[in-house]
Amino acid sequence: MARSETYENDLHLEATELRLGLPGSSEPEKKSTTTNIIASNKRALPEMPEDSGSSTNNSNVSDARNEDGSPPSKAQIVGWPPIRSYRKNNLQPKKSEQADASGMYVKVSLDGAPYLRKIDLKVYQSYEELLQALQNMFKVCIGKYSERDGYNGSDYAPTYEDKEGDWMLVGDVPWEMFISSCKRLRIMKSSEAKGLGCA
Amino acid sequence: MGSISISKKCKDLSYSESGQRISSFPDEVLENVLGLMESHKDRSSVSLVCKDWYNAERWSRTHVYIGNCYAVSPDIVARRFPNIRSVILKGKPRFSDFNLVPENWGADIHPWLVCFAKAYPFLEELRLKRMSLSDESLEFLAMSFPNFKRLSLLSCDGFSTDGLAAVATLCKDLVELDIQENGIEERSGSWLSCFPANFTSLEILNFSNLHSEVSFSALDRLVARCKSLKVLKVNKNVTLEQLHRLLVHAPPLVQLGTGGFSQELQPSQYAGLESVFNNYRGLHNLSGLWDANPLYLPLLYPACTGLAFLNLSDATLQCNELAQLLGHCRNLRRLWVLDTVGDKGLEAVGSCCPLLEELRVFPASPFDADIVHGVTESGFVAVSYGCPRLHYVLYFCCQMTNAAVATIVENCPDFTHFRLCIMNPCQPDHLTNEPMDEAFGAVVKTCTKLRRLAVSGLLTDLTFEYIGKYAKNLETLSVAFAGSSDYGMQCVLGGCPKLRRLEIRDCPFGNVALLSGLDRYESMRSLWMSACNLTMSACRVLASKMPRLNVEVIKDEDPEDKCHANKVYVYRTVAGPRKDAPPFVLML
Repeated sequence: MARSETYENDLHLEATELRLGLPGSSEPEKKSTTTNIIASNKRALPEMPEDSGSSTNNSNVSDARNEDGSPPSKAQIVGWPPIRSYRKNNLQPKKSEQADASGMYVKVSLDGAPYLRKIDLKVYQSYEELLQALQNMFKVCIGKYSERDGYNGSDYAPTYEDKEGDWMLVGDVPWEMFISSCKRLRIMKSSEAKGLGCA
Repeated sequence: MGSISISKKCKDLSYSESGQRISSFPDEVLENVLGLMESHKDRSSVSLVCKDWYNAERWSRTHVYIGNCYAVSPDIVARRFPNIRSVILKGKPRFSDFNLVPENWGADIHPWLVCFAKAYPFLEELRLKRMSLSDESLEFLAMSFPNFKRLSLLSCDGFSTDGLAAVATLCKDLVELDIQENGIEERSGSWLSCFPANFTSLEILNFSNLHSEVSFSALDRLVARCKSLKVLKVNKNVTLEQLHRLLVHAPPLVQLGTGGFSQELQPSQYAGLESVFNNYRGLHNLSGLWDANPLYLPLLYPACTGLAFLNLSDATLQCNELAQLLGHCRNLRRLWVLDTVGDKGLEAVGSCCPLLEELRVFPASPFDADIVHGVTESGFVAVSYGCPRLHYVLYFCCQMTNAAVATIVENCPDFTHFRLCIMNPCQPDHLTNEPMDEAFGAVVKTCTKLRRLAVSGLLTDLTFEYIGKYAKNLETLSVAFAGSSDYGMQCVLGGCPKLRRLEIRDCPFGNVALLSGLDRYESMRSLWMSACNLTMSACRVLASKMPRLNVEVIKDEDPEDKCHANKVYVYRTVAGPRKDAPPFVLML
């Protein structure tokens, strides 16, 4: 591409040349507008490959290319994807919320056990699944929930601490509300749980 | 709406002996008739007929639309149109929304306000898009126009909530305050409390994009005393309980933007909201729903029956939640969602909303390269099967195929706006690994009414050959990371007679392409080219050959590089080169 290099040198010299005319008035480009105006080498682009399968070979991306020639990742390109700023600002807080919400690990304690366990509440879809898992994990009998009597009739009752710091009986509120407000679980002995679950 | 065909009428007018054309109508009649015309395109045609019609048109015009604030000067507007009550004014190039235009580029409203204060003291309405305005300007506005009624600010910057306070305090007859923003400095929410106690004229209030908390009691009283209120869009800080009180006190609204939708409700609160929404059958537009707790969405069901526009782009709904909600929105015409609903959510759109005309799917995590989610081609295809009236789409996706797009436009041939954003630049058809040329070829061949097109994915010049050959009604084209050579851009410039706005970034189009459009740019509103292969000398050639174009080069990177023109903005103007260009803008 020696020809373009020659022209590029010409253009550079011209830009620094002192002239009395107006800018653009006596440029050699005016003689033939099409052939002499050539794209600069700075953005030298390899030929578009015949088989333009791989996006990493694509030459249409601007200078902000990675070392290996691959197109820059989304995060590096200014203004891409084309989303208005106010929408971006709305999204960012959500991102951290989602990060917190994925994998909701809470501590579980069992009265009388020497150490605590941790479970991921997101894994379960319902109270039944959760209670089954707790029973398996601790080898205890929790029994069935009833709105009137709580877990009376079984050895243990599951309770949880909510966002406001109160200890609540597991099962009273809808599942979605439970997992968004549960901070930790405590499986109490039924004898101690007498105060809860009364009508 | 079709334009009036004027030329035939012209020939029927009678001529006097000296060849002077005599109009068949006296001026007053002509003015009255022309005064009924609303479309500015029709008015432009009418004004070209003859001098009498030009004069009648300019005297009867009350509304002016200025698509580029630098295409004309305030004085020229004021001289031509003496009776303007309402102005729409747009400023910066559209790519400024994506941070491609540096701050302080221009589009300052103040010179316009100063001129209008003298020429149009009875100005009632100002709708601004991408303009810069200071608090002083807002105060000046509020003080200069005693009849001022409607202010709409979209994507503007430069002002703070203090400016809004001035408007609230001083505009006694304000009917509309619509702030859809970024770039506003939020000093406090006290601006809302500035509406005087005897102020009751408000019909439209939208502050949904403001972050600062307003005084709830002030808002509550305002809503209660404005008996003509039709549109209320509050911001995220307003809780569900507060919303309940607002809705109880407000007149029946036609458009509602809720605040946050996730506060934990007591059963009695839930019941209260339930009964309020039960009586809200006249709602056309619904938006807001920040952090929507899916448990509370059923509250909205009764209010959704007449809904025409549902904007869920601030609510991260999953597919099931969306599906259930849409089951109650059978009349929906326009839907905006986040891609968290997934392809399955879009399938629900296809099955629930047969009357849908517009769909916009926004990405919830656009900058997370690692997370693969969102929507694909199958969601879009599903919608196209269920919604044959679809004509406006904005779709951000992570993958697409040529075959899918072909199916989509076969199902929905009436597209007027087709904006597809495959978020990875230069991504090919993910099944065949071919460029996406055939996809956009299908769009332009099938959708003859197409007015706006945004392309993405791996594209060669063939795409632009198709566009130039088939897209005869195209007015706006947005191109990024596409094309192979100058030929592509030449095809577009040579083939799309109605092209008005061409915006290009990161494409291998160079000087040859730029100069091939020499005779086109005066019939277009503007051309934007950034990160292409343009040089300063070519831009200078363009500027010197076309004195009625302004050729601006924005130099905000690499001051050592004297050769390249990295950001070029070309637009037609009758006002000459602008005098307010900042140092980083070179006017050629």
